[in-house]
Amino acid sequence: MDAIAEGLFTPENPPRLIGGRDRETGRIVFPCPANDRFEPVPLSRTGTLWSYTIQRFRPKSPPYAGPEAFEPYPIGYVELPGETIVEARLTGVDFDAICIGMKLEFEPAPFDKADGESVLIPAFRPAAGAQAEAA
Amino acid sequence: MGDVCIIGIGIHPFGRTEGMSGVDQGVFAVRQAMQDAGLEWKDVQFAYGASDAAGNPDTMVDQLGLTGVQFINVRNGCAAGGSALFSAQMAIKSGEAEIGLAVGFDKHPRGAFDAKPAEYNLPEWYGEAGYMVTTQFFACKIMRYMALNGISRKTLGLVAEKAFRNGSRAPHAWRREPVPLDVILDGPMVSDPYSKYMFCSPAEGGVALLLASEKKARELGITPIRLKAATMRTRPPGSFEVFAPSTDVDGGGTATSIASRDAFEIAGIGPSDIDVAQLQDTEAGAELMHMAENGFCKAGEQESWLAQGLTELDGSLPVNTDGGCLACGEPIGASGLRQVYENVVQLRGQGGARQVQGDPKTAYSHVYGAPGVSAVTILER
Repeated sequence: MDAIAEGLFTPENPPRLIGGRDRETGRIVFPCPANDRFEPVPLSRTGTLWSYTIQRFRPKSPPYAGPEAFEPYPIGYVELPGETIVEARLTGVDFDAICIGMKLEFEPAPFDKADGESVLIPAFRPAAGAQAEAA
Repeated sequence: MGDVCIIGIGIHPFGRTEGMSGVDQGVFAVRQAMQDAGLEWKDVQFAYGASDAAGNPDTMVDQLGLTGVQFINVRNGCAAGGSALFSAQMAIKSGEAEIGLAVGFDKHPRGAFDAKPAEYNLPEWYGEAGYMVTTQFFACKIMRYMALNGISRKTLGLVAEKAFRNGSRAPHAWRREPVPLDVILDGPMVSDPYSKYMFCSPAEGGVALLLASEKKARELGITPIRLKAATMRTRPPGSFEVFAPSTDVDGGGTATSIASRDAFEIAGIGPSDIDVAQLQDTEAGAELMHMAENGFCKAGEQESWLAQGLTELDGSLPVNTDGGCLACGEPIGASGLRQVYENVVQLRGQGGARQVQGDPKTAYSHVYGAPGVSAVTILER
């Protein structure tokens, strides 16, 4: 399955997010801006939840390209230590179990578009080790 | 040199007005302001007009009179109204003119604001994947703030409850019915922790403020409200803003803190000197965060402030005395000017059922918007 856009994930398996590092200041942002000031850098595969919410209504189309049928989903900001805080879907976790500070790892999630195409979008799920700890 | 003074105010009620364009609502407000000041349109030397989605403000000269008046349109996101006022006061401060108008109006379609990635220099996929949703950002922002500062969801509810209670006493408000706390807390969820009662809606409305030099106000025999400070600032590095695919780990300041600090410095007073405040409350948590960002309390103290009712009409610092954005809705071009309108009403003692106690002498207004802009005013009588 292809990513929703080019330049978001590294080609390795499993993939990582690609951020952009400011060549002058070292500041890292996501996604990598398409200009010479930023150079692409792979971002950490693991991080902690910085904040989150549950999207309870279907976003407007356009621009939202998801299916007509809507199920609420969680989104979060994930702190990648020493790098940046990225916005992404949260998967594999009950809404009630989401908490700020929880350990997460990157795993792109399938996104079914209304036009029938399925693509991968950035997503994080609870880290395997963290789940074991909790159990 | 004397202060810039507000000598006339007018408002078209906020909410939904079928059959009346945004420009019409602006004209309504201007006529009311002229009547309030005892002036005619020909006396107005210049105007700054703000609108985000309801057409060009200068077209209102068709209805007000073709006097050749200098009329400049302002479009500056959520700070449009504040920017119009800032520009108008500069024109008078500079000595270029003696009487001028700041007017703002808007008329938005129902539902959430409709934002496209390209307007914010963002890639198309960001919108396709469902991130161009302002409510998501506001929810994430308060979720972290609550966790760091010990703010409960009940306190969010108390903010909304106060807004609808105050709105029920303000003739220009949209939501005129009080809503019980449990209905607010148990209402349909929009974006956790916010229920639908904790977000304001896009709306319609118009506000006009007539400004004059102190000398001119005296000549006209008007007891003026003095505009001691008006600031508009953009964001510093590291601030967390709407439509952010990423934000800096180190964090940073906010446009609000800068605009507030500079306004207090210009006015030569501090937060404890303010008697009444209108703070941007597009969602319940915004009012709480802005109480701290504008220097009125420390982060975390909002929990006890709300529990003790300190921001109620009879509290030590009444906040959003007309119900704010939560009760009035948010017509972008008019919203910041509504706050100043409400402050003038309060300083004149004309607030009726919503008049704050203790003969207020100073009033503060604050707007915040995307992508990290803020405008502050301080009024004195």
